[in-house]
Amino acid sequence: MTVETQKTAASEKAAGKKGVGADGERRLNMIDAINDALDIMLDRDPNVVVMGEDVGYFGGVFRCTAGLQEKHGKTRVFDTPISECGIIGVAVGMGAYGLRPVPEIQFADYIYPGLDQLISEAARLRYRSAAEYIAPMTVRSPFGGGIFGGQTHSQSPEAIFSHVSGLKTVIPSNPYDAKGLLIASIEDNDPVIFFEPKRIYNGPFNGYYDKPVEPWKKHAQSIVPEGHYRVELGKARKVTEGDELTVLAYGTMVHVAEAVCAAKGVNAEILDLRTIVPLDIEAIEASVKKTGRCLIVHEATRTSGFGAELSALVTERCFYHLEAAVERVTGFDTPYPHSLEWAYFPGPVRIGEAIDKILSE
Amino acid sequence: MADRPDQAQQGQNKPTLQLHVPEPSYRPGDAVDFGHLTIPEAGAQPRPDEGCEASETNPLATDLIRVLGDDNLPHGPWDPKLDADTLREMLHHMAMVRAFDERMFRGQRQGKTSFYMKCTGEEATSISAAMALASDDMVFPSYRQQGILIARGYPLTEMINQIYSNSADKLKGRQLPIMYSSREKSFFSISGNLATQTPQAVGWAMASAIKGDSRIAATWVGEGSTAEGDFHAACTFAAVYNAPVILNVVNNQWAISSFSGFAGGERTSFAARAVGYGIAGLRVDGNDPLAVYAAERWAANRARSNAGPTLIEHFTYRAEGHSTSDDPSGYRSAQEREEWPLGDPVMRLKDHLIALGEWDEDRQKSLDEDCATEVKKATKEAEKNGILGHGLHHPFRTMFEDVFEELPWHLKEQSAQAIRERETKFPEGLSE
Repeated sequence: MTVETQKTAASEKAAGKKGVGADGERRLNMIDAINDALDIMLDRDPNVVVMGEDVGYFGGVFRCTAGLQEKHGKTRVFDTPISECGIIGVAVGMGAYGLRPVPEIQFADYIYPGLDQLISEAARLRYRSAAEYIAPMTVRSPFGGGIFGGQTHSQSPEAIFSHVSGLKTVIPSNPYDAKGLLIASIEDNDPVIFFEPKRIYNGPFNGYYDKPVEPWKKHAQSIVPEGHYRVELGKARKVTEGDELTVLAYGTMVHVAEAVCAAKGVNAEILDLRTIVPLDIEAIEASVKKTGRCLIVHEATRTSGFGAELSALVTERCFYHLEAAVERVTGFDTPYPHSLEWAYFPGPVRIGEAIDKILSE
Repeated sequence: MADRPDQAQQGQNKPTLQLHVPEPSYRPGDAVDFGHLTIPEAGAQPRPDEGCEASETNPLATDLIRVLGDDNLPHGPWDPKLDADTLREMLHHMAMVRAFDERMFRGQRQGKTSFYMKCTGEEATSISAAMALASDDMVFPSYRQQGILIARGYPLTEMINQIYSNSADKLKGRQLPIMYSSREKSFFSISGNLATQTPQAVGWAMASAIKGDSRIAATWVGEGSTAEGDFHAACTFAAVYNAPVILNVVNNQWAISSFSGFAGGERTSFAARAVGYGIAGLRVDGNDPLAVYAAERWAANRARSNAGPTLIEHFTYRAEGHSTSDDPSGYRSAQEREEWPLGDPVMRLKDHLIALGEWDEDRQKSLDEDCATEVKKATKEAEKNGILGHGLHHPFRTMFEDVFEELPWHLKEQSAQAIRERETKFPEGLSE
């Protein structure tokens, strides 16, 4: 976990630095890209407020809000009580007033006390009031495992939110997308759950936990332009072009799938879904109809995971193009174990086995 | 000798532990005697300055602020000194709510809608409170505060359109009857989930303070729902940020069939919750319209001057069932309503105006008749737009709107499916 003090985009900007690397490009890690997006939106829109446990003076346990309170003031960026129900509840009220709150839930595992406010209130407010009131909030929350967080700091609960009508769920996999998707989410008039895969905050972890992780600066998607830009919600990104197999993934698993396909020499077309609601069904259909094979990879538990929805959609829409059964690679249906983290994690072995199976049919 | 657990005594605890399951004093058929309730004299309670330390109100959190005495005249420092016109306006709103409740209840029994909730006996807790607020102060009500809408002049016909879920219902037939919403009247969309509105009100108040606005927020919640975590989150946030908000707890003694003991009412008052949070707490006779007005006004002044939030317990009695789906004769004594020691808020206000020489029984009679006529007229008007289940509702396609700002592909597909189903069922065609 990153609790050491880091330079952030906001602090760099304050110091007049640009974060420019040797190649002349501005390269940021996920944390700085998120910080940059928040900084820009706090600047551009006086109705944006950032709040959450430890996000104010301290700048967040993962440093995503570092420097923001100092720059934008205590009534724009502030700490909250340890009450997720309260954090989401007051964000609903702030949205009704006309603010655009960006609450942080410190770990996705802590979001459950706020579920009623998210599911019954934020998600339903537009519908139940016939658009008299809306809940334009973006709930940021680090999620996923791979940092030895044990069962209460490692979960991937995205499927719960995809099941709720009225919520959008966004999961970036790299610094460029993290900034553009976060800006698009904050500007969106619907409530958005923005899950940040914490394992890749500092580098594109590829699943080979016994090998060193490359820093973001060596990755093409770490080039993060200055200023405002959007990555539209509901548009998947084609990570690799291929014709043997379609891989549907998001967050950390994009990088793991990419590494495994490269290691196995499989000519896979990997789609980074980026948002699961709204879902880029056109990109999924086009790719699967082309390759005839589909592998779905997510870190979350298997039963009723989002992979089940994807598998059903692909089967419903691409059945006559499929040459093999759709495969899912997921976490196991157990709590995330602390000591056996890597046995739980859907790593290269599990993915490789699934690829072999699909390609053998 | 140190008081430490004795190993030899383990399992030998005496007496054996006993679970206390609260039981109300009276069940159906029981004779009722409310003699155990402490009802102080009207006017006996001190009125601290609105800007006082929260702790200065602590005694008031277990007392009972009362203004109208047995002589029907106001007493003591909490007398809000309202002029006769204002009092008559308040009485008019109360008579209107009562007439409205009567007719809507009947409408539900006649099959015009699925559900209704009366507020009989609790009219002051919404009407007198709403009149003490500015008309643009934001309210986050629970489900029994129709009095606020009526006090704020929201058209009766709009309320009935919502209750009938008809083609003119501004909420497009999506909400259970009485779950109103009116942005124009600064009235937040009512949720069927309890106490969720309390942190929302605090958040709205925080936003108003962030923006340097002058408007405050007020919320209403039943005593039963104060058991929800949301209420405690609301109190914490209100205290932490000194939010300009009023938390009204309507203690009407009953949460469907569960008496207030199941929310902790046997141990202390609901206003006393405020003490632990360090916010101002007032316990007020909820059937005394002047006391309710005065307490709400005090809290509004306090909030508006950045002196902080207030929790007000309105001690009242739910004179009717929880809703049209409830029959209270199955769980409580019918005598409770008759014996309720704080009387009826409408009668008390009427008697007060009569005592002032500003009203009489004939005028009351014609007021009641006028209200009934006005409600009847509004009902007829609303019925032109349809009643529940009789075909006149919002266009079919609106079912899929407002889930999101824009219709995503999966909802477009589901909408097409719904239209196909309708065409299959009604091949001869329907207008919508």
